[in-house]
Amino acid sequence: MNSRSAILIIIFVAFLLNACSDGAWNNPYPSEGKGEGDTKNVIYSSFSERPKRLDPVSSYSSNEYQFIAQIYEPPLQYHYLLRPYTLVPLTASRLPEVRYFGENEVLVDEDALDSIKYSEYTIKIDQRIMFQPHPAFAKNVKGESVYLNLTVDELDDIHTLSDFEATGTRELTAEDYVYQIKRIASPYLHSPIAGVMREYIVGFDEFRKQASEKYPNPNGGWHDLRDIKLAGVSVVDRYTYRIRIKGKYPQLVYWMAMPFFAPMPWEAEKFYAQEGMEERNISLNWYPVGTGPYMLTENNPNLRMVMEKNPNFHDERYPSEGEPEDKANGLLKDAGRKLPLVDKAVYSLEKETIPYWSKFLQGYYDASGVSSDSFDQAIQFGSGGDVQLTDLMKEKGIQLETAVTTSILYMGFNMIDPVVGGDSEQSRLLRRAISIAVDYEEYISIFANGRGVAAQSPIPPGIFGNIEGEAGINPFVYDWKFNEPKRKDIAVAKQLMKEAGYANGIDPKTKKPLVLNFDTPSAGPDAKAQLNWMRKQYQKLGIQLVIRATDYNRFQEKMRNGTSQIFQWGWNADYPDPENFFFLLYGSNAKVEHHGENAANYSNPEFDRLFEKMKNIKNGPERLATIKEMTYIVQKDAPWLWGFHPKAFSLFHDWYQNVKPNLMANNLLKYKRVDGAARQAKREAWNKPNYWPLIFLGLFLLVSLIPAVIAFRKRERSTLK
Amino acid sequence: MIAYIVRRILYAIPILIGVNILTFLLFFVVNSPDDMARMFLGQKHVTEEQIEDWKTERGYHHPLFYNTEEQGAEKFTKTIFYTKSVRLFVFDFGRSDSGRDISFDISQRMWPSLAIAVPQLLIGLLVTISLALLIAFFRGTYIDYWAVVICVALMSISGLFYIIGGQFIMGKILRVVPISGFEDGIFGIKFLVLPVLIGIVGGIGSSTRWYRTIFLEEINKDYVRTARAKGISEQMVLFKHVLRNAMIPILTGVVVILPLLFMGSLITESFFGIPGLGSYTIDAINRQDFSIVRSMVFLGAVLYIIGLLLTDISYTVVDPRVRLN
Repeated sequence: MNSRSAILIIIFVAFLLNACSDGAWNNPYPSEGKGEGDTKNVIYSSFSERPKRLDPVSSYSSNEYQFIAQIYEPPLQYHYLLRPYTLVPLTASRLPEVRYFGENEVLVDEDALDSIKYSEYTIKIDQRIMFQPHPAFAKNVKGESVYLNLTVDELDDIHTLSDFEATGTRELTAEDYVYQIKRIASPYLHSPIAGVMREYIVGFDEFRKQASEKYPNPNGGWHDLRDIKLAGVSVVDRYTYRIRIKGKYPQLVYWMAMPFFAPMPWEAEKFYAQEGMEERNISLNWYPVGTGPYMLTENNPNLRMVMEKNPNFHDERYPSEGEPEDKANGLLKDAGRKLPLVDKAVYSLEKETIPYWSKFLQGYYDASGVSSDSFDQAIQFGSGGDVQLTDLMKEKGIQLETAVTTSILYMGFNMIDPVVGGDSEQSRLLRRAISIAVDYEEYISIFANGRGVAAQSPIPPGIFGNIEGEAGINPFVYDWKFNEPKRKDIAVAKQLMKEAGYANGIDPKTKKPLVLNFDTPSAGPDAKAQLNWMRKQYQKLGIQLVIRATDYNRFQEKMRNGTSQIFQWGWNADYPDPENFFFLLYGSNAKVEHHGENAANYSNPEFDRLFEKMKNIKNGPERLATIKEMTYIVQKDAPWLWGFHPKAFSLFHDWYQNVKPNLMANNLLKYKRVDGAARQAKREAWNKPNYWPLIFLGLFLLVSLIPAVIAFRKRERSTLK
Repeated sequence: MIAYIVRRILYAIPILIGVNILTFLLFFVVNSPDDMARMFLGQKHVTEEQIEDWKTERGYHHPLFYNTEEQGAEKFTKTIFYTKSVRLFVFDFGRSDSGRDISFDISQRMWPSLAIAVPQLLIGLLVTISLALLIAFFRGTYIDYWAVVICVALMSISGLFYIIGGQFIMGKILRVVPISGFEDGIFGIKFLVLPVLIGIVGGIGSSTRWYRTIFLEEINKDYVRTARAKGISEQMVLFKHVLRNAMIPILTGVVVILPLLFMGSLITESFFGIPGLGSYTIDAINRQDFSIVRSMVFLGAVLYIIGLLLTDISYTVVDPRVRLN
């Protein structure tokens, strides 16, 4: 066989494989097999960054929660449909029962803030909840664990978790929750919330000390935490446990809806800690063990992650109540149905937005965000400025959901800086002038395709304390005109500059334009336009803005050392409570002095006093009044330019159902439903191969070779000249 | 020849130490161990104590090069450089900062890289050498002129353009191959077609032009004139005589890159979602995972040295006049 025949055969085989896969040559899921999409409810999605950890004690980023929130179940969760965001039991049989204690263990009222020494949360979980099948639970006929005392030799033929033949399960108990809280306190597991929890959970530091003493070597096998006492956390009975915290901390219930508080069976830890497991990359970070609706059946974060229905999942039903419009939007069609509604979810690694978007349009992904590259192709604005889908999207039956995120992107002033910081009237007026001059409405329009809402305070819409309408505007930056907030005229800002002693932007000390420094980790070509825009905003006041671009590490260092002057930062809510935003301005959280999250190093004793009061009281008129006071203080002091709250745009195909943005919950996969047959029909219609241009191209190349061949022959036959 | 190879291997040791020092310096100029810990532990609620613990567990609590607090040899051995570098020389890459076995990951991820790089190299060579010979045959004619113009044009286009354009035309408009993705086994073939094709087309301009130059240099030599004078057909002259004698410079370019085929392509793998060593390296850089970065740079350096050695050896194969002393 000559080489030409071999190439032809390879091409033929490739085409044959294409043809055999499922009709669509461009189908990126050939091994899924034809028909699987019809008969099974499979969701196709993607991830752009490989998850670093899948251990609930340490995972904290959205790309990790995308997976572990479907596998691990904390005691509480957010109601899928109700707004404002409402906590409901997940594995708990009811919401935690809270008792408050004063001196000498005397019960006190929850409003007696000054008397409360301890709060005690009692959580009762449902019975008969089982863990997913896992080798850690496998037992032999004698009831002994099969894989918990393995020798290195016995692991010779083991390369992945699926190489363990036997699996087992067991019932979830309160002990599993207690064990996980001990893991949060462990000195070796580096839980990101250990710093927060040590402030509250009784006996946290003592537990860490004892654990360090018992297990001095961080890498020395299994650290059995069961026998080490954590005074504030105890098992009451098989299905009840109790958490005791110092003082009052109502936000603890929100943490209980996050995977940090999900149960961890000690068997799993022991199983993965055996000698030889780590060398085989068999670890809890790679193979999670939970009670949730799904289990990770394929973990190849370099290519694909696959989750399949947990056969042991307990009885959970689709919610039967929602907001008034939910019924009309078809979100209650599945009310009362057993969850989860899909059998499998395939997540493919897609690092770049262009291929992701193309595959979404071909029907190979069920839902998509809207990147700036594809924005014009997907979205148009109506004559009234309303957001609409383009005709192309409508033709494909694609639908759009928008939601203002519970996050804020702000520009901060370093309050310990001698020029822009401090409590002097001069610096306050300067900050307020800049707040007016930097036109965030324009920023949103130019750089975010209109996807954002200019912020009036730190609290985003949807969080208690955010006030809509005229009453909610920042009176130092906006006026209420024509039924909407209108940024004050630049003349007002110039007047403020004059009052601050910087008339026309001239620094009286140097008699030259005031020079301010903007520290940013954005230095690439994409950021250039934004940085130029920022310069122009300051130029309106005659201020010369110097861009100090650096890499992210150096930027962080400047923030930690307090050597920045003006910076841009953001925050995503951990939970839907104003405390989670106001704490970014709380004096005791100042980054330089206390290594906290208050990056502006803002400190105002009155604000701090109100913060301490606000964080401990229930949502209601008193709390709202306190929030208003706090908001006014920070609006007046202006330690931030409030920036904006980004708006999330989500597109999804019409076969993808039960879509309602829920920015707090992460365990949303179980509510989703797909119409596999409709998807398959559309995929086939949209992806018919168009091979004629290739044939024409081949023919064209062949024809274009003819003159060359003729010339070649002519040359071969010609005589020497 | 064995003495020569041994000598070259010994020469490689200082080179590898140098590469290691350079990698170490460049990495730690940009990232401090504190930055690495913060990157790993996340941005929210991280305490200084957690950062210290993380560094201690992974051996980043030592000084970089010189430990003033230790005595004797431990001044040098209890440093990050020593603890993280020495084992590389016995190809023990250790564990990544996230706890994965690096050797295992490399062994898994080199195959997708090879699946693209090998056919790209072989088919690319076949196509570009054939085209270069054809152009050399028509040297001095309008075909030669326009071929060079097209080659320069192809060389001037960014590789990214070929990728995005290829995905758009082949995957989106013609719908004959998946836009991106990867699959193990026989189903993987259809995922390889586009990246391989793009790699070949993207390389045609520069390679064809280079090979044309080599062939033109050969074509004017006396032995070619003699062959023609003997009445041998132009086809035979080109394919039998010119091609064989032009093999040395071609081999220089090809053999040296053979070992590097393992290392994968950063951009191609990223755009096509291929889980090869290119994307492994770029992920590690983004995650500031020094253990992986140093391993991949070390491996790259070793493979490059092997490539150079193979090139020298291949000279002796294609040209009997060359002797390795």
